[in-house]
Amino acid sequence: MDLLFQQLVNGLAVGGIYSLVALGYTMVYGVLKLINFAHGDLFTIGAYLGLTLFVAMGSAGTLPGFAAVLPVAVMVMGLTALLGGALERVAYRPLRKAGRLSAVVSALGASIFFQNAVMLVWGANYEVYPEVMRPSTVVFLFDTGVPLIRLIIIGVSLLLMLTLYGFIHHTRTGTAVRAAAIDQGAAALMGINVNRIITLVFLIGAGLGGAAGIMVGMSYGQIDFSMGFSYGLKAFTAAVLGGIGNIPGAMLGGMLLGLIETLGSAYLTIAWKDAISFFVLILILVIRPTGILGERTAEKL
Amino acid sequence: MNPLLRLTNVTKRFGGLIAVNDVSFSADEGSITGIIGPNGAGKTTLFNLLTGNYAPDGGDILFRDVSLVGRKPHEIVALGVARTFQSIRLFTSLSVLENALAGRHCRMRAGLLASMFGTAAQRREEQAAVDRAVRELEFTGLAGFLNDTAGSLSYGNRRLLEIARALASDPILIALDEPAGSMNQPETEVLVRLIRAVRDRGITVMLIEHDMGLVMQVCQKLIVLEYGIKIAEGSPAEIRDNPRVIEAYLGQD
Amino acid sequence: MTSTFRRAKIPALIALTALAAVLPLALNPYWTAVFVSIGLGALLSLSLNVILGRAGIFNMGHAAFYAVGAYVTAVLNTRYQIPVLWLLPVAGAASGLCALLAARPIIHLRGDYLLIVTVGIVEIVRIALVNDVGGLTGGANGIFGIARPEIFGIRIRRDIQFYYLVWGAVGLTVALFSRLDRSRVGRALSCIKEDDTAAEGCGIAVARYKLLAFGLGAFWAGMAGALFAAKMTIISPGSFTFWDSVLLFAAVTLGGGSQAGAVLGAFLVFGLPEIFRDFASARMLVFGLALMAMMVVRPQGLLPPAPRRYDTRFRARGERAAGDGA
Repeated sequence: MDLLFQQLVNGLAVGGIYSLVALGYTMVYGVLKLINFAHGDLFTIGAYLGLTLFVAMGSAGTLPGFAAVLPVAVMVMGLTALLGGALERVAYRPLRKAGRLSAVVSALGASIFFQNAVMLVWGANYEVYPEVMRPSTVVFLFDTGVPLIRLIIIGVSLLLMLTLYGFIHHTRTGTAVRAAAIDQGAAALMGINVNRIITLVFLIGAGLGGAAGIMVGMSYGQIDFSMGFSYGLKAFTAAVLGGIGNIPGAMLGGMLLGLIETLGSAYLTIAWKDAISFFVLILILVIRPTGILGERTAEKL
Repeated sequence: MNPLLRLTNVTKRFGGLIAVNDVSFSADEGSITGIIGPNGAGKTTLFNLLTGNYAPDGGDILFRDVSLVGRKPHEIVALGVARTFQSIRLFTSLSVLENALAGRHCRMRAGLLASMFGTAAQRREEQAAVDRAVRELEFTGLAGFLNDTAGSLSYGNRRLLEIARALASDPILIALDEPAGSMNQPETEVLVRLIRAVRDRGITVMLIEHDMGLVMQVCQKLIVLEYGIKIAEGSPAEIRDNPRVIEAYLGQD
Repeated sequence: MTSTFRRAKIPALIALTALAAVLPLALNPYWTAVFVSIGLGALLSLSLNVILGRAGIFNMGHAAFYAVGAYVTAVLNTRYQIPVLWLLPVAGAASGLCALLAARPIIHLRGDYLLIVTVGIVEIVRIALVNDVGGLTGGANGIFGIARPEIFGIRIRRDIQFYYLVWGAVGLTVALFSRLDRSRVGRALSCIKEDDTAAEGCGIAVARYKLLAFGLGAFWAGMAGALFAAKMTIISPGSFTFWDSVLLFAAVTLGGGSQAGAVLGAFLVFGLPEIFRDFASARMLVFGLALMAMMVVRPQGLLPPAPRRYDTRFRARGERAAGDGA
């Protein structure tokens, strides 16, 4: 029972991270029908920037306290957001009118570029987050010890997701984002500046990805230049699982995937941990070809 | 003799909406039947049921006494029912000739190995298909555009190319969805002659059309739909004087 | 087959073949080895081109089928000493069959959904290989001691011999696939790529042809896998990852869909990083930039397929086809 509860908490924490990254994939996909393969690498960059900024802030003397995590996170989200916006300008906007395939390959090129840039800047070895950023406090919930950091991650990711949800569904700009996702042409005719919406979507998605990067560092301690690949793949899987293009779908898909993977590797087989999520994905797509919350659109003939 | 095509109590629902509601009618071999009605009356849905793009929720569609229900679109084409699309769905980056050849596909046999190794039979079949495709393009007046890409054609010619593509499949029945859509008056006149020429080849024609002039000119029988229900059936003259039809149209406009 | 088109093409082909034949004489051993791996890449790129380039099916897991061919060859050769070249069709058939079985339930999925499922397949295959499924695959270490192929009593061992074997296979593949392109089957795939609803609506069995493309591409990838196993004599899961699938995907897209494009794409994707060796650790960085730049400059790919031309002068040929159909 204790184990199960701990695993549930672990699953939700991983799931929260997957969800945040998945949101970046799904929002971009919703508006541009593009798989932004470089998104996972923005997440890696977020993790490294978080480390560098935190250490830099404390470089004068001792490391700053845990409280410094918040300003660092805000700065990182801002920086990765800008990087996401720049990525869209350079690698995707020129291909907006071209076929889908060319944009996919451009995205792969951007991913290779970012990954190797991280390797050149921070080195090929893994880096370790300082202890100060990773409180080892354990809290007792239902008589079970749970690392505080996991709860913080679950809480923060839920908070970010709810904020995003509120923004998308209850503001004018959010409505414009949804409109652009349904029909760019019509949205433009209604006076929505579609280019601005696309930039905004990249800013938000990359910012959330950057936040998720810091969370991984704080939760697991280690980060490396290629981690964006596996997290990115899982997060994209989560987005498809929930129904790509669908914002609540990405949240649900991420949480589900985190839970399935954690419980699966705890109770079934650790060797197949990374394959479990793909088995689930294939199973769900065979049953529901557009994901859990994805809408079936009847084609007009 | 039984009619070529017979629909009995065909129904199609989309969620709460009944797009086609208990529709029955038949079409005789060699006839031209028009399906008319206001926008959203269920005309295109009816075509999609006929061609296997949708499965009906009730009723049956018999073509030469064989049920089409549950068959895939390409199987229905092979049985001899070809169609054109209201929204014009050509292979725009392929040539005009290749679009017509695509229609010929279902009457060809060459498989993977024969195609890879270019057997004599495969080459003969290929040449015969090209010849036939060219003939259909001549028949529809597109012989001058063989090597142009389909996307470079005018809208009127695109509609004609859809007809050529359908004809290349040796149809027994051809279903035309708004063939005169986006055509100007001279183009429509050419179309009228073409539809009659198709019928004169012994091919049964069904068409959806908003151009009443065209419909009254070429059709022997009209089916009128409104809100998915068949409200009238008869010769153009009968339909013209039918009070329900007049009401449906006046009520709309 | 308009004559002008053919006339321009044949000398170019002869020149290229001659160049390929004498090239190894000018290469040092290092570059000969590089050209062998580019040749294997070209075979794979050609095989994926059938699926992705011609039929427009987003397959980003092609390395899975390559792996099946390589492992089938390795297992049968090391356990039962069956000669590698006899195993070419066996490896192809095994891959093709796996592809058909895997694709059958998912072939109706829309583009990007299919893409992520194929990514899932390649990951599952890799993990299965690492986990030594059935005690056959040797786990993370893989299988070693695969025999070299033998043709007419000559044991193919040196890189220069593999060069001719592999590039000969590339030439044969280009010839066969070009024929296929110009046939009923090739046209059906083009139609499906453009608009599968319209293709189905004009009488093409879309699901069957998509499976056919998948099966054929996987068959070829399986045979390339057999050659790879024979070349390396050691194979391990690390050679068949998602990353390898991504590179193939990029090669085909860069190429633009034609046979020549697929070969050129393989040169760019597997050859450029070698040329960028001077940049040392930054070479993949430069490669990433080059990939982006090439797509931005030429989104349709470098060598999109030329339009097919047909002999339409049937009246001059005495209407010999007059009996057809009509």
